[in-house]
Amino acid sequence: MSVAASIGSDAAVARRPIPVRVLWVLAGCAALVALAVVSVSFGMRTVSPDDILAGITGHDATLAQAAVLKRVPRTVLAILVGAALAMSGTAMQAVTRNPIADPGILGVTGGASLAVVTGLAFFGLTGAWGQIAMAVVGAAIAAVFVYAVGSLGRGGATPLKLTLAGAATSAAFVSLISAVMLPRVDLLQAWQAWQIGGVGGADWAKIGVLAPVLGIGALLLLACARGMNSLALGDELAAGLGENVFRTRLISALGAVLLAGAATAIAGPIGFVGLVIPHLCRMLVGTDHRWLLPLSAMTGAVLLLAADVVGRVVAAEEELQVGIVTAVIGAPFFIWIVRRQKVREL
Amino acid sequence: MSATLRPAQRPRAAAVIIAGRRRRHRRHATASIVLGALVLALASIALMVGNTFYGPGEVLQVILGRQVPGASFTVGELRLPRTVLAVLAGSAFGIAGVTFQTMLRNPLASPDIIGISEGASAAAVFGIVVLSATGPVVGILSLVGALTTALIIYLLANRGGFAGTRLILIGIGVAAMLQSVVSYVLSRAAQWDIQTAMQWLTGSLNNASWERVLPLAIAMLVALPVLLAQSRSLSMLRLGDDSAAALGVRVGAVRMLFIVGAVLLLAFATAATGPIAFVAFMAGPIAARLTGPGANLLVPSALVGAVLVLAGDLVGQFALGARYPVGVITGVLGAPYLIYLLIRINRQGASL
Repeated sequence: MSVAASIGSDAAVARRPIPVRVLWVLAGCAALVALAVVSVSFGMRTVSPDDILAGITGHDATLAQAAVLKRVPRTVLAILVGAALAMSGTAMQAVTRNPIADPGILGVTGGASLAVVTGLAFFGLTGAWGQIAMAVVGAAIAAVFVYAVGSLGRGGATPLKLTLAGAATSAAFVSLISAVMLPRVDLLQAWQAWQIGGVGGADWAKIGVLAPVLGIGALLLLACARGMNSLALGDELAAGLGENVFRTRLISALGAVLLAGAATAIAGPIGFVGLVIPHLCRMLVGTDHRWLLPLSAMTGAVLLLAADVVGRVVAAEEELQVGIVTAVIGAPFFIWIVRRQKVREL
Repeated sequence: MSATLRPAQRPRAAAVIIAGRRRRHRRHATASIVLGALVLALASIALMVGNTFYGPGEVLQVILGRQVPGASFTVGELRLPRTVLAVLAGSAFGIAGVTFQTMLRNPLASPDIIGISEGASAAAVFGIVVLSATGPVVGILSLVGALTTALIIYLLANRGGFAGTRLILIGIGVAAMLQSVVSYVLSRAAQWDIQTAMQWLTGSLNNASWERVLPLAIAMLVALPVLLAQSRSLSMLRLGDDSAAALGVRVGAVRMLFIVGAVLLLAFATAATGPIAFVAFMAGPIAARLTGPGANLLVPSALVGAVLVLAGDLVGQFALGARYPVGVITGVLGAPYLIYLLIRINRQGASL
């Protein structure tokens, strides 16, 4: 059964007619393809359509084709990371039944960062596999911790308690990270570059490691899409409808953590994608997660690609990293959501 | 309860209440005195200990203005400003923190979590890296940054009446944005600037000098008497806006006064030392545990803040192999405390 319940105050758009949804998905596809082309062609050196075609098929006879060849992995990474973060955010909002859940705000990316830094400084883990493993473990611990702390006491996991728990835990992680990094001047610059969040350092080896992990996470979430719809009704009603609430929540959370942790390990902590996209997609197609999850993945990829292109265009010389662009777009959006909520609901 | 008492029992009930009041006052006074003594003791250790040890006699002579060979420079020019700065900045952070925590009725709502310190940091780092600013200019920039951030957060939260919860959440959003600005500016910095900026971001007393102490001291002299005079109103704000208004507090004016006063202290302290991690956050709750329920927390928090910074600096300088800035020590100490506090608050639903 498809459940038309809603999260937060989006009740009015609980469900859209099927043609509308299909239309939005097609629009998402078109935007993604268009932006991918833009991403490959924009940069310090402008290239012709012929060069793009040649570059994508692996030729690097001219400088333009070589540039295209370098931009392709970057574009792919941006798509993967954007999709992963957006799906992760959608799942977190469903699991916590909370409109401001996001891997960044809930401290999950912070946990991943601390784990990666620890691996870098103490165990010399610089490879993609090691970093992803550390990041996923760190993200999982942080997620469990923040949710456990935020849901203690009266009223369960309210947005305020969860956000405060996430922000406080992130602050704790940040000071631990600086304690680890400060005496290690040699690692400082590499870490700085990583922690801003960027897709500039993409290469096929990293993508090859990242893609399967993200694939598993995405499959876990898609398998739970129906269950997430039931979760929106509240635990008791969902259980009454025959949903195994605990299992659904566990698998969805696992998928969300896998996606957020792996994406963070490769691209650094990128904030607010997981917050903005689910809200946007709920407005477009309603609250059915079987539609919401794929569309979030698509829209998230579009947003990150756009942020990357904007970053390259705005600061032509040195590039503005995507993490900064998404924070500058996302934080006002977060504030808008908070302002829209009634005080009682916080 | 008193309605069911027979007349003969009433005086006894009153006596119990009075005794309880006295006991709380005594506890408050004892805690304050002990904390004050601790600040003095730590400050004198900080003055005596270093590469060369100077006895209490020599230190006292230097403080009194006499010329002592060797000690005059080391103690008078290096250790004394550092110690004074530690005490002043610690107190300022403590007062600013406890003011916000009391006003918003949430111990997690300290200025370092809701984005005001980040405003100061972002402005200062921008000044250091992009404008190559030094000394007083950085201070002024960070003051402007903190005040602007506080104003923006306040205005955004002030929609259809003031709501503490909304202010906290919006502050966290603003903090996230400012942090990304800081990261961005730092990413363009040269290698040697990163180290400076990093130390500046976590807070450090390494560049202490009388020029840095002076503006903070003036800010303390201006803000402290006003805040202390109004401290009863602050305690009443804890009861909620309506109750406070019914008790004769001009809620809007008092809140504005405390916000401006606390931000002023915070900004000047941040300008002098950088945002020493978690001192603003930790001082209030620790003071509340020490002084017991219902006490006025401004003075104890100031003392706890001073103790934290002095002790953190001593540990960072001498107790570990490498020299760490004080903010790293307080940050590492503060992180577990923060998490402990978070668990306790959420379980009990209690405020400070």
